[in-house]
Amino acid sequence: MIEVKGVHKSFGDLEVLKGIDLTVNRGGVVSIIGASGSGKSTLLYCINAIEKINAGNIIVDGIDVHDKSTDINELRQNLGMVFQQWNSFPHLTVLENAALAPQIVKGFSKEKAQEIAKKELIHVGLGDKLHEYPTRMSGGQQQRLAIARALAMEPPYMLFDEVTSALDPELVGEVLDTLRLLRDDGMTMICVTHEIAFAKEVSDKVAFFHEGLIEEMGTPEQVLGNPQKERTQQFLSKVL
Amino acid sequence: MNLFTPLSWNDAGFILAGILNTVYISLVAIIIGSILGLLVGFIRAESNKSINVLLGGFLDILRSVPLIIQLILFTTFIGAMGYPLNPFVAGSIILSLYTMAFMSEVFRSGFDSVPENMVKAARSLGMTYLQTVRYVRVPIGMRAVFPSWLGVALSVRKDSALVSVIGYMELLRTAEQLISRTQQPLMILLGVGLFYFMISYPLSRYGKYVERKMEI
Repeated sequence: MIEVKGVHKSFGDLEVLKGIDLTVNRGGVVSIIGASGSGKSTLLYCINAIEKINAGNIIVDGIDVHDKSTDINELRQNLGMVFQQWNSFPHLTVLENAALAPQIVKGFSKEKAQEIAKKELIHVGLGDKLHEYPTRMSGGQQQRLAIARALAMEPPYMLFDEVTSALDPELVGEVLDTLRLLRDDGMTMICVTHEIAFAKEVSDKVAFFHEGLIEEMGTPEQVLGNPQKERTQQFLSKVL
Repeated sequence: MNLFTPLSWNDAGFILAGILNTVYISLVAIIIGSILGLLVGFIRAESNKSINVLLGGFLDILRSVPLIIQLILFTTFIGAMGYPLNPFVAGSIILSLYTMAFMSEVFRSGFDSVPENMVKAARSLGMTYLQTVRYVRVPIGMRAVFPSWLGVALSVRKDSALVSVIGYMELLRTAEQLISRTQQPLMILLGVGLFYFMISYPLSRYGKYVERKMEI
């Protein structure tokens, strides 16, 4: 379970998160929507300890992420993260990309790491690209590689930060299909996304962020189908 | 009695020793200079401005004072202090430092060329700071600057000829001695030039080939 309690985060004078409370249960899929600059991505970065927080707590399976005694590197093994940019390692083949972290972080043998990597790559539909270099692949393929690379660490949670935003429109579908696949596997996910229709389809819970606060949260039917707050209605009328 | 004797096959061993000494001191300078340059380049890429100004100033001195002056200054200074070094050691130290000054800039730009987001992605997989350096930043950054690295390495091999001024018997010094004995400067210097070309050309071709291969 991921518990976000009263989280505040500022960059200098700018307060980006103004008290966020959010709970994600095992097996749950939470989508976070909202305008640019509303703090959606920052929250993901705080959950993965890429950014520090100013107040509040983030608890993952009982471990306080921002406690000084927490081993961040160990914690991150439980929190797979995929970014807007896919960031493939260009000097490694697809298989090596996905096998690197299991090998050096978890200390698996090369054979075992590659076996796990191969399984995940086949799962996301890159089974025929194992020995390609990522720079020869499309953005959609590289993003699926990034997903497989995170999955190869076998994390119980996955965080997705606008993973389709940097893609050409015709490549968005294949990446969303991969996310659907993970949902069907029962993966616990937090998706920051601009794909409203997708959020409606896959989420158990949708949170609408507005200027550093959760303006409205509930089932997709409530928040996206029948929003109560004016700001949610305004936002949805603009993006739909 | 004839004061000058013509070039003969007996000189081949002498020339070969000069060639080997040139290759030897170049390799030493390139290897030590690259290792130190990698370290200094990394420190520069990771440091704040004040450390960089300090380090940059020191490196600027090494790069802007002509190598031949550094060689003479260093050997004279060390000798005057009462610690005379043999020409190979003295030459290796200065040539390595000189190489390091250039290499550190090459490697620094290599480290800077690795996108911050790629490092973030690596950290998000659970890699430690040192693991990201070892498995992501060094291999990706160094590939990006391989052509510049090769350029510096090739010019160091040429610059190594200057070590002759402090008495190291590398190829140029060997040639000078043969010239004073045989009085055949044109032929000998042509041979020396040809040799330098023969080492450099295949290396720079190889560099182009590797560069093309890494572009994929």
